[in-house]
Formats: sequence, C-alpha cells, structure tokens
Amino acid sequence: MTKLMSNRLFWPIVMLAALLVVNLIAFPGFFSIQIRDGHLFGSLVDILRNGAPTLIIAVGMTLVIATRGIDLSVGAVCAISGAVACSIILGSPDPGSVATVAVAIGTALLISLVLGVWNGFLVSVLKIQPIIATLILMTAGRGIAMLITEGQILTVRSDPFKVLGSGFIFGIPVAVVLAAVILGLAALLTRRTALGLLIESVGINPEASRLAGVRSKGLIFAVYVFTAVCAAIAGLILTSNQTSADANNTGLFIELDAILAVVIGGTSLAGGRFSLFGTLIGALVIQTLVTTVYTVGIPPIATMVFKAAVVTAVCLLQSPRSAEMIAAARARRARRKRLVDDAASGSGTGSGPLTPTRSDSKEVSV
Amino acid sequence: MTEQSPVVDMRGISITFPGVKALDGVDFRMLPGEVHSLMGENGAGKSTLIKALTGVYQIDSGSIRVDGREVSFASTAEAQAGGISTVYQEVNLLPNLTVAENVMLGREPRRFGTIDWRATRRRAAELLKRVGLDIDPTSLLGSHSLAVQQLVAISRAVGVDARVLILDEPTSSLDADEVQELFRIIRSLRDSGTAILFVSHFLDQVYEISDRLTVLRNGTLIGEYLTEEILRIDLVQKMIGKELTVLDDLEKRTKATTDDEGDDSHRGDVPFLEAIGLGRKGTIEPVDLRIYEGEVVGLAGLLGSGRSELARLISGVDRPDSGEYRLRGQKTRFRTPRQALKNRVVYSSENRRTEGIVDELSVRDNIALALQADRGWFRPIPKKRQDELAESYIQALGIRPANPDALVKNLSGGNQQKVLLARWLAIAPRLLILDEPTRGIDIGAKAEIQKLVSDLAENGMSVVFISAELDEVLRLSHRIAIMRDRSLVADIENDDLSTDNLLAIIADGSREGTPA
Repeated sequence: MTKLMSNRLFWPIVMLAALLVVNLIAFPGFFSIQIRDGHLFGSLVDILRNGAPTLIIAVGMTLVIATRGIDLSVGAVCAISGAVACSIILGSPDPGSVATVAVAIGTALLISLVLGVWNGFLVSVLKIQPIIATLILMTAGRGIAMLITEGQILTVRSDPFKVLGSGFIFGIPVAVVLAAVILGLAALLTRRTALGLLIESVGINPEASRLAGVRSKGLIFAVYVFTAVCAAIAGLILTSNQTSADANNTGLFIELDAILAVVIGGTSLAGGRFSLFGTLIGALVIQTLVTTVYTVGIPPIATMVFKAAVVTAVCLLQSPRSAEMIAAARARRARRKRLVDDAASGSGTGSGPLTPTRSDSKEVSV
Repeated sequence: MTEQSPVVDMRGISITFPGVKALDGVDFRMLPGEVHSLMGENGAGKSTLIKALTGVYQIDSGSIRVDGREVSFASTAEAQAGGISTVYQEVNLLPNLTVAENVMLGREPRRFGTIDWRATRRRAAELLKRVGLDIDPTSLLGSHSLAVQQLVAISRAVGVDARVLILDEPTSSLDADEVQELFRIIRSLRDSGTAILFVSHFLDQVYEISDRLTVLRNGTLIGEYLTEEILRIDLVQKMIGKELTVLDDLEKRTKATTDDEGDDSHRGDVPFLEAIGLGRKGTIEPVDLRIYEGEVVGLAGLLGSGRSELARLISGVDRPDSGEYRLRGQKTRFRTPRQALKNRVVYSSENRRTEGIVDELSVRDNIALALQADRGWFRPIPKKRQDELAESYIQALGIRPANPDALVKNLSGGNQQKVLLARWLAIAPRLLILDEPTRGIDIGAKAEIQKLVSDLAENGMSVVFISAELDEVLRLSHRIAIMRDRSLVADIENDDLSTDNLLAIIADGSREGTPA
C-alpha cells in the first residue's frame, strides 16, 4: 500500500476515480454506454471525445517539457491549422469532395511542420529560452490565422471534413481514435527505441549529454516539430467539431490545459523523467472535471473556481512535501504500534529516544 | 591538550536511507579550539554525519548535543543560528549575484526596513579581508575562479559567528598556495576558539592541519585518535580495512614498462593523435602534442594553467581556432564531442556533477548512455545487453550499491565517478582523457581507478591523465606534459622524475628541470 501511494500517479488516478463517482451519484446513467446506429454513445465516450484535442497536444507537450522546454504556441498553431484547412475548403469549387479535404488537411499539417521548425530553430539553434521563443508564435500566430481568415469566422459545410470532429470509425469517435494512435505512436517511439532515454538525458543534464555524444540539438528540434503537428491535428479536430475556424477562439488557452495535463501526470516542469501514461490520466482528469461541472449542475460563473479547486487539490497531494508528510505520519503510527506491542510483550527495549521525524529540508541552489 | 567539554557531542547516531544503513550508532565529538578531521572512504558516512549535524538529514536514533544542550536542527538555517556553519564540497553559492550579496545573503544590514547596500558591501569587504581575499565585492561571483568562490564561501561561513565551522573538502580545487592561505585562516579561527571540522582526501593536509581524527568505515565508527599519535599507514589501513600494496605494485609496473620501451621506442611510429599548433584565443596558446597508442600521458600544472582547456580542445568539447589535428596521421577535425566519440576519443570531465553523470537516471542508463548515443536512437541497446553491460561494469569497477536500478544521484562521489568511467569504457575508447578522475574520492577507489588506467594502457588504449596530485601523475604516466600559464612548457619522458623535478618546471616554467 505504501508503495502504491508513493507512486506519482496514485493521487491523479484517485482523483479521476473520485470525479467519476461524483458523476455517477449525480447522474446514475453516467457509466452507461449505448450503441446507436452502430456508434458508441454515452457520457464516458463524450469525455474521451472532448478530451481528445487536449490529450493530443499534451502528448507533444510531454516530450517538450521532458527536454526542459515548454511550448506556449500550440493554441495559436491550432488556430492557424484550422484557418488554413477551412479557407482551402471554402475556396475550392467542390468543398464536399474527399480530395479537397485531403489537400486542406495536408496543407494544414505541412504548415504546422514549418511552424514547428521555427520553434525548434529558435530554441535549439539560437538557444532562446523556450518560454520566450514560443511566446513569439503564441502571439503572432493568432495574427497569422486572422490574416488567413481575413478576420472572418469561416464556416464550412463539408461532410468529409466533419468526420474528423464528429465521425466514427468502427463505432468509436474519430477524434478518440486519432488521440489513441498519436499516444500509442509516441509511446512506441520513445519507449521501444532509445528516444525516451535520450530525451530524458538531455532534459536532466544537457551538457553531460552533449559530452556523451547525444545529439541534443536534433532531439530538441524534433520534439517542437512533433508538438506543432500534434497541435495542428488538434486544431483540425476542434475546427471540424465546430464546423468553423475562428482565429480568435479556436484552441484558446488549450496550451494551459495541455501543460496542466502533463504536470498532473507527474512529469516535472524542470525536465527529465516523463510519463505519457501520466499525461493520459492528466488529460482525462481535466476533461472529466469539465463534464462534472455540467452533470453536477454547478452554475457557470463558479466553473473556473471549481476547476481551480480540484487542480489545486491534485497538485498539493502530489507535491514531494506532502508525500513526505504522509510517509512520516505512517512511520509515526508504525512506531507507536511497535512501542505498544513491545510494552504488551513486556520486552520494553526502549527503542531509543524518540526524535520527532521531520521532513527533509534541502538547500536550494540556483 | 587538556580535555575540555566538547562543543559538539553526537552519540549513537543512526540514519537509514532506502536500502542503505548510512550511519550505524556513530559517536562523534568536537572540542573547542581544535581542528578535527573526519576520515573515511567514499560511502563511509562522512557527508551523512555532517548533514545530520547541520540539520539537512534527520537522525533515526541517537542524540546531538551542542554546548551540552540537546538539539535537533530542522534546517541548515537553524543549525547556523545554533552556531554551526558549513562550507560544502561543491560551492553552494549563487554565481549570478555579486560577491558581496553572496557573502551577506540572508543577513544584509537593514536601514528603515530596506537593505543598506553600502553597509552590506562594507561588511562583506571586511569579511573577505579576514580570509585574505582582495577582490571587488561588487563583481559577479561567477566571474571568479572556483578557488576564489571557495574562499568566498568560507568568508560567508565565518561571517555568521560560528562556534563550529565545517569544511567539507575545501581544498579539492585549491592550489598549494591557496591551501596554505586557507590553513592560515583555519589556524587563526582555531586559536580564537572555533571548533573546526575538516574533511579532505589529502592525507598531507590532514596531518598538517588537524589535531584529532575520527575514522568511519561503512557507516560505523572505527575510532578517534590524536593526529600525532597515529601513523599514516595505520590510518589508511583503518580507513580501508585492508593493506594497501596495490599502489606500490602499480608504480613498479609503470616503471618497468617505461624502462622496457626506452626513450626512443616511439620513433618512427605514427602517433594515435597529434596536435600541431592547436590553440584557442584567450584560452590556450598553440600546443604541439603527440599521443601514442598504449601510452599514458600525464598532464600536470597548476589550477588554471590550461590542463582542462587543452583536454577540451583535443576532444572536440571546445573548438580550436588555430592549428590542426591528425588522427593516425590523417588530418581530422572534431567540431563536437560526438565526432570525437565516433573516432573513439573520449573526454571525461572534471566536473562530474555538471558535465558527467545524468543524476536522475539509473546506473544502467548512465552506463549505456554514450554507447546508445553512438548507435543512434532507432537502434536501442536490447534490455538484456544493457543489463549485461551494467552488471559487468558494476562487478569490474566495484560500483556500490551493486544495483543497476539505483539512481546515480544517490551514489557517493567515488561511485558516480566509476559509473562515468563505465560509460566511457562501454564504447571501447582508443583515447581516454581523464580530467581529475580521482578528485574528491577516497584512497581505495583512487587506487582502483589508477590500476584500471594502467591496465587499459597495457591493452593498447591511450590515456591522457590530468591530476593536481603530482604523485599520481608520476606513478601512472609514461610521459608528462606540463602546462603553465596556458601554454605547454615541457613534454618529457617519465624516467626517474621526482615530484621535485615536476614542481621545478611547474614553478619556473623553463625546461631547465628536464633531464637531459
């Protein structure tokens, strides 16, 4: 049990379970999943589908954060990719054809690739601090999207494009399938090859990694490009779901949700060890939270406060200091029990003076 | 010396870390006006004992008394308030602040609730003067050498009116003059009644400065002795628990190979690596150097003489801006360490913590890192092979704990160094450049590493061995290159050279000390 509790993912999983139970109490049909017209329907399916864009971005963000970086521009990249795709579809004589949509999606992904290269160039070649480097595209990106949409909200009616956001494959929402594929791909790429080890090594100690011959420049480049592509896919899903591209609002604040998902998932913002499974849990916690707000019937004005409270709880429970406090409390209880046992058996070994156990204080060096 | 009541009295101290009993019922005391040395190998528990005293670690059992009162410090701040100041082995200051700010950090003089900067600087200057440092208090700490930073750390510790001053490896980055300067300060503090705890791996220094010794081994107390009453050989035996004949054998062996080959054995051979006029402006004057296969080249010189800088140029860590390089006679250029590694030229940095180990990764991952980087990310080393690598090096180098899953940050300094060596050996280097591989590690591990270097060279690997300890350089090297003021001043065969010969060359920089 102690071992289980010391696992970084223990509290996020408990929180996720707790949220689901709250939902179940508020709405007894919460767990039921029905098959309508061969498609899965139900609240759980909704959580997965609505959480897919955040999860997709969070997967990329996990790798960026593991290299000691951060990517604030993902929301703007969402907007750009949506704008590009919609304007191509609208501009084509045949918006409903699969070919048009394929070109639109392909172009959007290609452009996101360029945006990722831009971020990667700033961070790994010019050595600009990631938070500053990606701030540039975060602010400039929405302007670019605005130029593409010419300040309009582009509404598209294209059935093939709609599939991304609201379609189904084998009864499962396309967005969920996409998220699963990207998560699976990232997990495979990092853990079945040496990519994960090398990324962690660069994140923990860049100079030691360089001296060990790790190509950190290339790795850092790659994670920013990958994240931009993830953001573009998320942007396409969001745009398709809303059937419109809105330069101002598509993917607004999604970078914060993605970063939060990564942090809840136990990957440190200081870089190094990362957990993609943790990120999945993190993204699910965030989306379930949003859903809970609706099922429990929390007034919309209190939504943000509620969300903040839950996130704070997870972060507090997860902090190293509280882990120590819990461990110390357990040790105290065990010692008291031992003393009682000793006394009971009459062997009273004394067991030394009882020094109160306090948490470790570490010196902070910058 | 009359027995006074101890200022620090620790009894039956035990501390357990996950899986390790770091201290087991250790007694330790310090008397006022005495320099007390804590002796022991890496992992003996010296650092743990110090951290227990200074409130970094909490003890599982035992008692700590300071001035007869039982204390339990929850933090270093509380320990400092209780009169116990510490200067750690790795300088724990803030390089991006000024010297004055570092010295006075957390206790700046205040006026009307704000910091009185003028008084801060003045007070800092006074404290710096006490340790004989004449530097501008408004300069950035990071702009000074490590040695100066060390003295700044000491002046900071002295600034708190310390009854007990703990110096953990304070001399490991100081040169001989600076050590004497430090000792002068230590003596004056001692004479004014401060109890000083001195930890060093340099036996000479321990014998020179300390009045009393406490020896630890594997987390247990071996004994407390007066320095004048214990012979060095006995002390070393108590520390490592076995006779130390390895080093003598080693010396004989190196001498034997040097004699066999004679001075002109390399004539006609193509050197493995040849540097011709290799230099970098502001860092190192152009240098000519040849390194032959199976040869150990010692690189000697004072701190800041350009030893490490030369090594970094040779291994592609820093880029030269003049001269050229030949690898087995072929002209080559290393733009990055990666290219050097591809050619099996390895640089093992003196900064183990910042440029060596990857502390949050396991022993296994750390050992595999360079090999994995060399293979490329898409060709992962199979798990089984990784385990074999880790197991074999843990065994061969005696890495403790012998657990491939242990995080490297939890290992002692000497074991971290061994893990680093294992990483380099795993890629089968042809030229291994070891920059201070034995700094800050204990005698036993030192001997093992020296023996390893000797064995590797016998098997045809070339080694460049950099060390501040001349004994060590003399013992291992076939040839010794001596640096002074950023240029190479001598390059001589090591037959019957003595420390005095080397010192003469290092000191006056001429080739007069060179045997004909």
